[in-house]
Amino acid sequence: MSNDSAACIAADVAAGRRRATDVVTQTLERIAARNPALNAFTAVTAQRALATAAAIDAAVAAGRPVGALAGVPFAVKNLIDVAGLPTLAGSRINRDRPPAAADATLVTRLEAAGAVLLGALNMGEYAYDFTGENAHDGPSRNPHDTTRMSGGSSGGSGAAVGGALVPIALGSDTNGSIRVPASFCGVFGLKPTYGRLSRAGSFPFVSSLDHLGPLARCTADLALAYDAMQGADPRDPVCTDRAADPATPTLHDGIAGLRVAVAGGYFRAGASAQALSALDSVAAALDATREIALPEAARARAAAYVITASEGAALHLPRLRTRPEEFDPDVRDRLIAGALIPAAFVAQAQKFRRWYRDAVLRLFEMVDVILAPATPCVAPLIGQKTFVLDGREVPLRANIGIYTQPVSFIGLPVVAVPVALPGGLPIAVQVIAAPWREAVALRVAQALEACGIACAPDPAAGQVRQSFGRHHSTSP
Amino acid sequence: MNDMTDFDVYIDAGTSLLGIPVRPEWRAAIRQHLGVSFDLARLVLDFPLPDEADQAPVFRA
Repeated sequence: MSNDSAACIAADVAAGRRRATDVVTQTLERIAARNPALNAFTAVTAQRALATAAAIDAAVAAGRPVGALAGVPFAVKNLIDVAGLPTLAGSRINRDRPPAAADATLVTRLEAAGAVLLGALNMGEYAYDFTGENAHDGPSRNPHDTTRMSGGSSGGSGAAVGGALVPIALGSDTNGSIRVPASFCGVFGLKPTYGRLSRAGSFPFVSSLDHLGPLARCTADLALAYDAMQGADPRDPVCTDRAADPATPTLHDGIAGLRVAVAGGYFRAGASAQALSALDSVAAALDATREIALPEAARARAAAYVITASEGAALHLPRLRTRPEEFDPDVRDRLIAGALIPAAFVAQAQKFRRWYRDAVLRLFEMVDVILAPATPCVAPLIGQKTFVLDGREVPLRANIGIYTQPVSFIGLPVVAVPVALPGGLPIAVQVIAAPWREAVALRVAQALEACGIACAPDPAAGQVRQSFGRHHSTSP
Repeated sequence: MNDMTDFDVYIDAGTSLLGIPVRPEWRAAIRQHLGVSFDLARLVLDFPLPDEADQAPVFRA
């Protein structure tokens, strides 16, 4: 376990071996040194973080109990409310909003467990993005090659965790926006079951598809963050009132008895050699020889696309009418097109969603876990507009999520598991479980981590090595 | 109705009725995105579903 992992920091702080204040001070120094290259943070809440850390240190000194994340730094995608900051959602328009009066539910829950908020993170405008680019704040950059995309829309979250600025970040995932940056930046990402974690206090995109979830550098940290955030919340009508189902207690139970299959057909067509290599490595490590087809996956992706375009446009219609010039042009033009989609298309897509859900749930009577690529390729270059998919050059923004969309469409829990390919950029594999079985997906991810197949690569091996070296040579 | 002229007529009428101002230089991108959505929607509409099929979004009173 890394000395900078959340689990290690929390154990040390709780035992009095490290002060939360020192952890936060070192984190602020890391952010100051590395963020100029990564552009992950849009706001750093240093004063708040130091005050929170001081309170934790005082609690430890007084012998009072501290939480499972005591002293652990985290940061949140800037569509998640942070008291005192405007909730930008990656936009210029939202800069006119008053500062958030209160923290989002998930921020409150992480801090209740002792975690320390360090700031807000860059993202694609209004979360309609798979690139991590942002017309207003500039792109967040890939920690393993700063000329490449971080992935979106939780690009700052991927860059901050992949670049080891913080051990835990929160992102949102409507069609893949946690899993795509996890893949490009080489970190673990959890998109929980739709409705598992409260979205209260976050700026929406497509309410019927929106999820929040954590990104981390190891499965233990991912599970700790996830466990701290579970629980009913009347402020989010979609949030489940099921009892919390902590994943940490069973994380190391192994995979004995689990039936693991590989998604075939749609999920192999078009995947790059790197994506297939990562998938095959993971399948081999799990001894998963069975291939299974998710029925009508291409139609599922199409339906998710149509619902997203239409519902997203409905959300932004007032702003499209009054302030269209202030949008990122790439986002605006998609939203205007979305506003023109006939309602009949959307209604049919929502009907198909029910059919598809029932069909996929029947598969989970035969298997416990399904493996699929997270992205069709490793991180493209920043500014790239197209890529080759299945032998055809296609628009990049619309197609990076082809493997994530059919999964989030019906709210299945997924852990994106990073695989470091020899000499290359990382790429993730989706570990998909039945609804409400996040703990199973996390167990499988942990088994892959334990056998060395899955890991968050050291960012110092990438192009930010020089800035890391400067930091290490000058920090106390 | 998926040829370019139809889309242009539809974009003009639709954005006018919705009150969305559109600059001429935005039109090509809007048309391209709309075309993708219509193509993908056709894939969904071609799938036979019973009239009784319920929609999927969650609503709790």
